[in-house]
Amino acid sequence: MSTSHVRQLPATRVRRDRRAQAISLLGPLTVAAGLIWAIAQPYRLTILHPHGQGFWWLVTEPPLLVVAAGLVFAFVVARPLLVDLEEHRETAR
Amino acid sequence: MKPHAEMVHWMFATGLLLLGLTLLAEAVVGQEVWRKRRWRTYLWPGLAFGMGVLMWPVMAFFTNSAIHMYAHGSWAEVLMLAGGAELGLVHGRLTSRWWRLTMPIAFVVTGTAFLVHEQNTWYFARSAFLHHLLGWTFLGAAVIPLALVFRPRAMGVQSAFALTFVVLAAMLYCDRDVAPVFGHLSPLAGIPHR
Repeated sequence: MSTSHVRQLPATRVRRDRRAQAISLLGPLTVAAGLIWAIAQPYRLTILHPHGQGFWWLVTEPPLLVVAAGLVFAFVVARPLLVDLEEHRETAR
Repeated sequence: MKPHAEMVHWMFATGLLLLGLTLLAEAVVGQEVWRKRRWRTYLWPGLAFGMGVLMWPVMAFFTNSAIHMYAHGSWAEVLMLAGGAELGLVHGRLTSRWWRLTMPIAFVVTGTAFLVHEQNTWYFARSAFLHHLLGWTFLGAAVIPLALVFRPRAMGVQSAFALTFVVLAAMLYCDRDVAPVFGHLSPLAGIPHR
């Protein structure tokens, strides 16, 4: 398999913009923070022992809320923002 | 079937976290890219306004004294005012930059309300500690949105503003109805539940 096409790519296209990197990292970092919290304090997760728990205890679990916030940000805000950032970079070039 | 007060705090913490992340993203990419999609322009002001609206049912159903009711009512008002002013500014209905003063005013009112409505000392329980901490953080951090009135495009100030909300969210997530703080828990605070 030839790799000549890869070699011909300009360095600016291969190197991702720092701003794009920062945006694409925000969501996963938030999700990671929620997961680390869940591992550090598993007793905050009602879902691990749901028997006999009420609705609100099952819905509001802080580490999972952090994970949810990270996911919402990553898919609703970051994804279209990265597309716009790339378009902006192309037009500015 | 009402959620505990701590659960309401966690839900508002999630709103603040989303607000912080959104503001941080705007600070990183700059206004030109951020405003490429119309809906995104309204995102964080709408979130702030929406949290203000949701604060009213909190005031009605979760306050157990007059001072708690006044505190939550004032938060609802200043959140709606600051969010609404920003909505007006991004839409173009409002043009004066002085409308941005509503945000530092919201911070000062919020901080004062936190401090005034917490009747117990710092180490009474975790919730008391966090109320004091949140109150002083809001009061101290009011200089950041104040700086944004004069330097609205300064990336450093914008980032500091965004991270303030992330820090405030972390504090709210730590809240429990009855729990010790650094090993201190007054016997008057009650019995900790799960």
